[in-house]
Amino acid sequence: MITFTNSGLYCAAGDFYIDPWKPVTRAVITHAHSDHARFGSRYYLCEHATVPLLKIRLGQDINVQGISYYESIYFNGVKVSLHPAGHIIGSAQIRIEKDGEVWVVSGDYKLENDGLSAPFEPVKCHTFITESTFGLPIYRWAPQDQLFAGIGQWIDDNRQLAKASVLLAYSLGKAQRVMQHLQHKTEKFLVHGAIANTQEALVQSGWKLPPIEHITPETPKSAFPNSIIIAPPSADVSWMKKFSPYALGICSGWMTVRGNMRRQNADAGFALSDHADWPGLLSAVKATGAQKVYVTHGFSSVFARYLNEQGIPAEEVVTAYGEEENGNIVNN
Amino acid sequence: MQQFAKLVQVISNSTKTNEKLSALSEYFATAPARDKTWVLALFTGRRPKRTVNTTQLKNWCIQETGLPEWLFDESYHTVGDLGETIALLLPPPTDRKAAPLHYWMEQLLQLDKADETTKEKFIKSAWSSLDESERFVFNKLITGGFRIGVSQKMMVNALAKTWDIPPATLSHMIIGNWDPREATIEDLLHLHTTGADASRPYPFYLAYPLETPPEELGPPEEWQAEWKWDGIRGQIIKREGQLFVWSRGEELITEKFPEYQPLATALPDGVVLDGEILTYSNNTPLPFQTLQTRIGRKTITRKQLQEAPVAFLAYDLLEWEAADIRDYPLSQRRALLEALVQQVRQPMLQLSPVISFTEWPQLAALREEARAHVSEGVMLKKLSAPYQVGRKRGDWWKWKIDPFTVDAVMLYAQKGHGRRSNLYTDYTFAVRDGDNLVPFAKAYSGLTDKEIAEVDSWIKRHSLEKFGPVRTVEPVQVFEIAFEGIAASNRHKSGIALRFPRIARWRKDKPVSEINTLDDLKRLLEMHRG
Repeated sequence: MITFTNSGLYCAAGDFYIDPWKPVTRAVITHAHSDHARFGSRYYLCEHATVPLLKIRLGQDINVQGISYYESIYFNGVKVSLHPAGHIIGSAQIRIEKDGEVWVVSGDYKLENDGLSAPFEPVKCHTFITESTFGLPIYRWAPQDQLFAGIGQWIDDNRQLAKASVLLAYSLGKAQRVMQHLQHKTEKFLVHGAIANTQEALVQSGWKLPPIEHITPETPKSAFPNSIIIAPPSADVSWMKKFSPYALGICSGWMTVRGNMRRQNADAGFALSDHADWPGLLSAVKATGAQKVYVTHGFSSVFARYLNEQGIPAEEVVTAYGEEENGNIVNN
Repeated sequence: MQQFAKLVQVISNSTKTNEKLSALSEYFATAPARDKTWVLALFTGRRPKRTVNTTQLKNWCIQETGLPEWLFDESYHTVGDLGETIALLLPPPTDRKAAPLHYWMEQLLQLDKADETTKEKFIKSAWSSLDESERFVFNKLITGGFRIGVSQKMMVNALAKTWDIPPATLSHMIIGNWDPREATIEDLLHLHTTGADASRPYPFYLAYPLETPPEELGPPEEWQAEWKWDGIRGQIIKREGQLFVWSRGEELITEKFPEYQPLATALPDGVVLDGEILTYSNNTPLPFQTLQTRIGRKTITRKQLQEAPVAFLAYDLLEWEAADIRDYPLSQRRALLEALVQQVRQPMLQLSPVISFTEWPQLAALREEARAHVSEGVMLKKLSAPYQVGRKRGDWWKWKIDPFTVDAVMLYAQKGHGRRSNLYTDYTFAVRDGDNLVPFAKAYSGLTDKEIAEVDSWIKRHSLEKFGPVRTVEPVQVFEIAFEGIAASNRHKSGIALRFPRIARWRKDKPVSEINTLDDLKRLLEMHRG
């Protein structure tokens, strides 16, 4: 029902693509991250909450239709519905049904409820197309309460030394999650422009988020000591200079491995991810009851081989997802 | 163990020397006495004997996790550290137990004579009682080697701060032979101030590379020039009728070089020589490769003694008539050294000759001939300077000759370790031989982090295999490889072995058709055959 083409995952029967990486006529979008939602398609379909996010990323004038989770829409007799993926606000798994056969495209997902995105729900299907960003058994997340307690402790330690705490977190998803869970630590977060823009779009669509202040060249130096500053991984060290003294912490699943952390020259790393860990991927795959699994971006060859050995027929598929993260390992 | 795990975590995460130092001093101020001694031992390279091997660890981890072996291997290739891989893979602890570092160390050492079942039982129960960060350090204690950015100098400074002893004095106190099971740090410091250990060497004085024109060093007559030898830096100690040979890595290697034994009687008591351990025959040093046949061997055969005889090229005298003379100016130490070597008259004890020169350009010209002297370049030492401790700028400089370079193509890649985890950073390079590509060198260093990221991303998109540690890549990326020496070798397919190969630069401008050939390398070998 879905073929893997040069432009992306294609459903010929319904004549639409899912998260295409080249411009197409009709694109169904799992979530608003730039490796999944790309510029140039004629019509976009996504979950309601994704609409404003897509607009700030791809332009206000794109042609985009929002639908709710569980709502069905038909393309040429193919039934399409969106189901919570728990990855970021508005993220969806895409369920496709025709003549009783069901395929689900996971997009990116995580199993833990982050308090902002609609929590992941397994969807029964015959064929499941799953991501595998963290498809190695070394990746096993600690519960987020424990992680945020650790981050909170780190902030307290920094404050003992009158340091600002700079946390790098992807501007869409991770940043909001971090602020949501650390809001008891500060009256307002100081944030980078990319995060302020995302916040503005979300607040305009009715999301209630912790208060922030956009850091500008006019922000006085006195604002920084003891503050919590949230910036995207792309933020430059020279941009952070004025926060001195500060400590730099990175929130990313890649921080599991010590060497990765040391390479970033950060003061602390927190293995906080919006992707499923190894046990999460396995339980998600099993919960779908799928008879066939296609594995996309991440440790795809490893995860596919392991599924096969577990008696679940699986195959690796090459996609363009996750590509932007190659140069910047902090995004996940 | 928790406190030690925390210390390791703070130190390995920090990029700032001051933070590491204060973490160490705090540890020394608060940790249990016997733990401190172990930390000192571990962080100064005194690795205890390994009682459990890595294959055993891997197998027990596979049993505990139920993972297939290939998946364990894939995880290991990505993490790049066995101890850490195991710590991450094991299920959470079921039986938490708090025990100090020295408890674990002593338990581990006791396993030495234990049978496999006892070892297995102990390791598995330790794993189930430690959390991830403790398990990581526990595994590292077994496999050895904490490469977390603690230099000897930093340890010395931390201890000096804690015990209020000048760093130079302290670094001499902790050097040499001691067993962390037998002494606390306090004992050690006390013991060593009374000078009870006859084998104790002095900390080596190390040179910085000269990166400016020598003219900036001032008048040539203030400097002594010597050849820079490519051997093992060592100290020969004669005290209380006994001879001790130390390597710069603070390893006691007396037994490895029986040639030096006559010095036990020939040298007067209370003498410490600094110099180079070299293979040497007919008044000429032999290439480093010949010395390699002597390193790492437990027993030395008669054949090796004949083919690779060893001498000591002395260039400094640190102790004379049982007195520490490191404060004397070099000119005075050298005079005493020359007199001593002449008086001893043993073929295995040679003076490292002084290169005479009056003008800097003259020395620069002589330096170009370094390879003909089986040397790597020239050492410059200030005649008025004392013998210092550790690597210090100012009085000693190494002025190496430019390396050889060839252009080669990348053939294979492997993921790196430590901070290069999950990145392809270890490469095998080939030169052309007719229509074939012949691998001739492996190199790990020389690229910037940015270049590594770029090469890594290219490799991940252009490799042929999906599993296992090695990726074969399309032979298109050309690199300039620099190296210090070249020797014939029957252990390599190419027939040559290089000394210290590394990447000089990435030649994006060069097509693979223009790389060097095996014949080019063979010509180089002919020109420099010893």
